[in-house]
Amino acid sequence: MNKPNGPYGFETLSIHAGAAPDPTTGARVTPIYQTTAFVFDDAEHAASLFNLQTWGYIYSRIGNPTVSVLEERIATLEGGRGAIATASGHAAQMLVAFSLMRAGDHLVAGNKLYGGSVTQFTRTFAKFGWDCTLVDPDEPLNFERAIRPETKAIFIEGLANPGGIVVDIEAVAAIAHRAGIPLIVDNTLATPYLCRPFEWGADIVVHSTTKYLSGHGNAMGGVVVDSGRFDWSQNDKFPNLAKPEPAYHGLTFHETFGDLALTAHGHAVGLRDLGACMAPMNAFLTITGSETLPLRMQRHVENAQCVAEFLESDPRVAWVSYAGLEANKYRALARKYLPKGAGAVFTFGVKGGYEVGRRVVEGCELFSHLANVGDTRSLIIHPASTTHRQLNETQQIAAGAGPDVVRLSIGLETVGDLIADLDQALAQASEQVKAAE
Amino acid sequence: MNHDAYPDSYIRAILDGVKTIAMVGASPNWNRPSFFAMKYLQIKGYRVIPVNPAAVGQEILGERVYGSLAEVPGAIDMVDIFRNSEAAGPIADAAIEAGAKVVWMQLGVRNDAAAARGEQADLRVVMNRCPKIEYGRLNGELAWSGVNTGIISSKRRKQGA
Ligand SMILES: Cc1ncc(COP(=O)(O)O)c(C=O)c1O
Repeated sequence: MNKPNGPYGFETLSIHAGAAPDPTTGARVTPIYQTTAFVFDDAEHAASLFNLQTWGYIYSRIGNPTVSVLEERIATLEGGRGAIATASGHAAQMLVAFSLMRAGDHLVAGNKLYGGSVTQFTRTFAKFGWDCTLVDPDEPLNFERAIRPETKAIFIEGLANPGGIVVDIEAVAAIAHRAGIPLIVDNTLATPYLCRPFEWGADIVVHSTTKYLSGHGNAMGGVVVDSGRFDWSQNDKFPNLAKPEPAYHGLTFHETFGDLALTAHGHAVGLRDLGACMAPMNAFLTITGSETLPLRMQRHVENAQCVAEFLESDPRVAWVSYAGLEANKYRALARKYLPKGAGAVFTFGVKGGYEVGRRVVEGCELFSHLANVGDTRSLIIHPASTTHRQLNETQQIAAGAGPDVVRLSIGLETVGDLIADLDQALAQASEQVKAAE
Repeated sequence: MNHDAYPDSYIRAILDGVKTIAMVGASPNWNRPSFFAMKYLQIKGYRVIPVNPAAVGQEILGERVYGSLAEVPGAIDMVDIFRNSEAAGPIADAAIEAGAKVVWMQLGVRNDAAAARGEQADLRVVMNRCPKIEYGRLNGELAWSGVNTGIISSKRRKQGA
């Protein structure tokens, strides 16, 4: 009796999707298959596996049973067809670009992105001959204007890091589809609990699972999720998927695997040749984390809303950029795309600018000063000097990471304790600056 | 039958029920999708008989190639069509003629008129699907490739089947 996904709720799928009891031992929790390779039945079986003529495991760089459970889990939560887990979020971005692009091709991305992604797209992708144009996502038509004949995808963060920014996913998807290219959404900060980009027309989702999906700040990881809806053969833009693949003896992925083309290519060519596979141990930690995703996200956004409201009403604070606040520029978009809450990563600026901001970061006792988001612990950082450091000042301001900006990632602690910690840090910082004057 | 969304039970009953599959458009080239499907179905215990007028007299994976469904000796349970949607029409008619119980059109192949004729003649029809993918999905093998199989169960599942 196999029911389809439809009738099951998100909480049920968070715990059960992809994970059945171990066929051999009956172990209920997914075992950590800490092995590099898998035996073949005979030479013929080995040949069939290497030719992709049968399903099965060969070598953990291409596929591993613990990792596949996580892949199916996230594919299901996003409502996608399949997924490819990678060593990190950046590896996922690299892998999806590799499946879509060749040297001389072009990508259009929003300029409100995690700083590391801006650097990856504009500096490192250039070394592969992939050109990238960054545009302001507040005006979706900016994407249309930047598209060229050799453009192969649009990339956005739906809810952008460092914070408060929401992009009109549906409008950007329509622009991508008019140009015959897919929309890729980095859904790291929203997670499929708060937003499912495929429901708004996105074709591919990527995550840094390092963040909320694992959720405990203990495992690097990334994932590419394919909706299975993009027709790779509608034009001649995607030879990697729609034309015979020389690296697989002329196999054509789209014709052979249909709506699983990108999932198959990402494993059989992407992971095989780029090598950035997820470790089974990290997959295990991320599987465990994903089981409580709905509960954690509920509390993350509840806490974030309280902290944002506290800061907004505090006279020492100059501004707060959180799309959950009524006055926020992105409130209407957040209502549409993030009805359960506007995430838990956001930014604020203190009166007195950079110097006071720096002292607030250093003065916190509960908030950890480190470069991550999406942990059970609350985190604080000054993006301009850290996560967005490689950007020039214009890019920093465009990305919402100007010199006065402090970024928070609100954790699961008692919210009153978080507010008290920020309160004392703000008080200390203002006094120190006053004393120095 | 709603040909946009088949229930798992429908596909499972077909794959459990058929033994002999005539594969129309089977290619002798090992990197063609039909070759993949044929090889996989053989591994899973099905007898697959290739039909391809351009390869008559050759062998594919140990099976002799026939020029048409009418030439295939013995009973055919299912006809698996690796041709375009238009060509699938007359092939479906030939499948009815040959006494097949199932007409299966591959990924990207869909001919609703032919499906209606098949169903009229009491055949079960599947369109725009691959039996290799469906078999793997329903038997837990596709999950090995990071695919959303849609299967949720707290029971120990049999491996591969
Ligand atoms: C929105 C977003 N995307 C991608 C990444 C990169 O992920 P990873 O650090 O796992 O490579 C990050 C990391 O900070 C991020 O916040």
